[in-house]
Amino acid sequence: MYKIILAIRYLVKRRISYFSVAATALCVFVVFVVITVLSGLTAEFKTNMYRAVGDCVVSSESMVGFGYYEEFVNVLNATDFVEAVAPVIKSYAIVDYQYGTRQHSDQGVEIVGVEPTAHSRVTGFSEWLRYDRVYVDDVFVPPYDPSLVGCVPGVAVLFDRDSEGGYRITEELPRVRFELSSFPLTARGALAKAGAGEVNTKTFYCSDVAHSGLARADGNRIYLPFEDAQMLCGMATGRKRVNGIHIKFKPGVKLDAGRDRIAGLWQEFVAGKAGAPGVNLLENVRVQTWKTYSRVFVAAVETEQTMMIVIFGMIGIITVFVVFVVFYMIVSHKSKDIGILKSVGVSRGGVLALFLGFASLVGVVGSAIGAVGGWQFLVHINQIEDWLFENFEFQLWDRRLYAIGDIPNAIDLNVLGVIMLSAIFACFVGAAVPSWQAAKCQPVETLQVNQL
Amino acid sequence: MSRDDLLLEAEGLCKSYQMGATEVSVLRSVDLAVKRNEFVAVVGASGSGKSTLLHILGALDSPDKGVVRFEGRDLKRMGSGELNRFRNKMVGFVFQFYHLLDELNVLENVFLPTMAGKSVIGWLGSRIWARRRAGELLGRLGLAERANHKPYQLSGGERQRVAICRALMNEPRLLLADEPTGNLDSVTGNGILNVFEELNRAGQTIVMVTHDERIAQKAGRVITLADGKIK
Repeated sequence: MYKIILAIRYLVKRRISYFSVAATALCVFVVFVVITVLSGLTAEFKTNMYRAVGDCVVSSESMVGFGYYEEFVNVLNATDFVEAVAPVIKSYAIVDYQYGTRQHSDQGVEIVGVEPTAHSRVTGFSEWLRYDRVYVDDVFVPPYDPSLVGCVPGVAVLFDRDSEGGYRITEELPRVRFELSSFPLTARGALAKAGAGEVNTKTFYCSDVAHSGLARADGNRIYLPFEDAQMLCGMATGRKRVNGIHIKFKPGVKLDAGRDRIAGLWQEFVAGKAGAPGVNLLENVRVQTWKTYSRVFVAAVETEQTMMIVIFGMIGIITVFVVFVVFYMIVSHKSKDIGILKSVGVSRGGVLALFLGFASLVGVVGSAIGAVGGWQFLVHINQIEDWLFENFEFQLWDRRLYAIGDIPNAIDLNVLGVIMLSAIFACFVGAAVPSWQAAKCQPVETLQVNQL
Repeated sequence: MSRDDLLLEAEGLCKSYQMGATEVSVLRSVDLAVKRNEFVAVVGASGSGKSTLLHILGALDSPDKGVVRFEGRDLKRMGSGELNRFRNKMVGFVFQFYHLLDELNVLENVFLPTMAGKSVIGWLGSRIWARRRAGELLGRLGLAERANHKPYQLSGGERQRVAICRALMNEPRLLLADEPTGNLDSVTGNGILNVFEELNRAGQTIVMVTHDERIAQKAGRVITLADGKIK
C-alpha cells in the first residue's frame, strides 16, 4: 500500500515529475494526431483507388490492348463469384477545348472508354458524377443537346478548387466542346493511319464531370463512350480490343482468392485460344488485384506514412530519455527515502516496485492527458484549420493544389490503445535503470554517509 | 546471565571501509551482548565506529568478519526476506536526522512500518488497528494534535518524537537509536531521553549511540568505543 501512496505523492508533490508527465503527454498527443491524420489520408486514398478500379483487373500494359475480351467477359459472367464485369479502353489523346480562362489546344489527357452502367457496377463511377440525372446510361448524353456525343471530364479539367477543398462547380452544366485526337494503333502496334493523317479526331461535348477524389484522374482524364473510345484508339477495327477488364467480386470473396480464380480462368481461356489470330496479345495480359494494379501510387503513400510513423515514433525514444533523466534525478533526490524504507523492512523488490509503479503512473497520467488532448484536437482539427485560414491564411495543405477535402480525423481506438500502452512501456523502460539503482541502494549509504 | 536473557549478541565484529587508496578499519573485533529490557549506551568520539556498529546490529549493514545473533539466530544466516522482516518487526531505528518521509504526514510516517510489512489486502485488514496504534503512540508522546501535519511543519524535537513513534509502531524487541539528541537543543534532547527512560522502564530494550557521555549516563550501561574496539 505504501507503494501506491508514495507513488501518487511523488507524482503530485514533485514538480519535476510534471516534466515526465508532460513529455509523455506530448508524445502521445503528437503520435496520435499524426498517425490518425496520415492513416486517414492513406485510407481515403486507398478507398478512392479501390473505387476507381474495382476488386480485380485483367489488363494489358500495351496500348494495343487485347482481343477476345467479349468471350472472356462471358466466361466471367458465368462464374458464381463475380458480381460485375466492365471492359475498359484506356489510352491517351490530345485535347483541344476552351472553358473560361482555360484554353488548350495541345494538352495530353488520359481517355477512358467505359460502358456507364457496367462500369458503375464495378467502380464508383456513378457516384463521382456531379450533375443530376435519372439514369447513369445517359451520362454521355449532353442535356443541352441530346443529339451530340457527350464526354465526362475529370472535375479539375474544367473547375478550379476553392480554399476549402471543394470545386467551384457551376450550377448549370457548361457547354464545353472537346476535340480529342488519338493515334490509332493496329493489332501489331503500328500506326493504323500511317501516312494518311495518322490521327483519329472526334468532337465530344461535356455531359457531366467526374470527381473521384484522385488528383491524377480528376485533373487529367476524360471518360468517353466505350465504342467511341475504341474507335479513336483503333481498337474497333478487325478484332475488337480493350486495354482492361475491371471486375467486382461477390460479397465474401477474398481478394487474393478471387484473383487466383480469375487468373486460373484466364490461363484456361488463353490455352483454349492457342493458334488463334492475335493470341500473342493475350500473353501480355496480367491479372491483378486493385492493390497490385495501383501499387505505384499506393506504395508511395504507404511509404510516406511509414516514414512519418517512424519519425514520430522516434519521439518515443526522446520520451524514454526524458523519463530516464527525470527518474535519475528523482532517485538521486529520494535516496534518503530509499534508506528509510529499507530501514523499516522494505525489500529491494518493494523499492523497485515503488519506482516502477511511479513510472507507470507517470505513463498512465501522461498518456491519458495526451490522448484526451489529441482526441479533442482531432475532433476540432478542421475547425482549427478553418480558424487559422480565416485569421492567418494558413492551411496544412493548400486545397487549391491538393485533392484533400477535410483533414481526416476518424479516431481508431485500437491505435490509441497501442500508442498509450507504448507510452506507458516507454516510461517503464526510461525508469527501469534508475529504479534498479534505487533498489540496489544500501540503506547505510544513504542514511549515514558521513558518520562512521 | 543465562543465554535466554540475551537479546542481542555480537562477537568479533570487524568492519573496514576503503577510502581512496587507504583502508580504514572502523571496527576491530568488537564483542557485545545486550540483555532483554536493557538500556545500553555506546559512546565514542566521532569516527570511532559507533554508528557502524549500530547499523550492523540492526542489519542495515553487514560486518566483514564476526557474528551478530538476535535471540540466538545468526543474522548472516538469514535470507534477504528474513532480514527485511527482522528490520520490520524486530528492530526500530531512531536516527539523528529523524529521517521522516516528507511526502507523508505524521500519522502516515508512524504507521509506515506496518504498511511496509503487509500486502495491500493485508493492509486493508489491519489499517484500522494501525491507525489506532499510531494515534495512541503519538498521544503518548504528546503529538496527538500533530497527526495530520507534514514533517516540515514540526520542530526538531517533535520530528524526533515522531521518529520514535515510528520505531515503536511494530512493537519491536529492540530499539536502536543513533545520536537521537545530536540534532536537538539540550532541553528538547532531555525530553527525548526521558522518553527513552520511560520506554525502558516499560520493558523496551534500547541500544543508543551517542558521543555525549552525560547523555549516556541516562542509560543503564555505558560501553565506550575507541579506535574500533570496546574499552
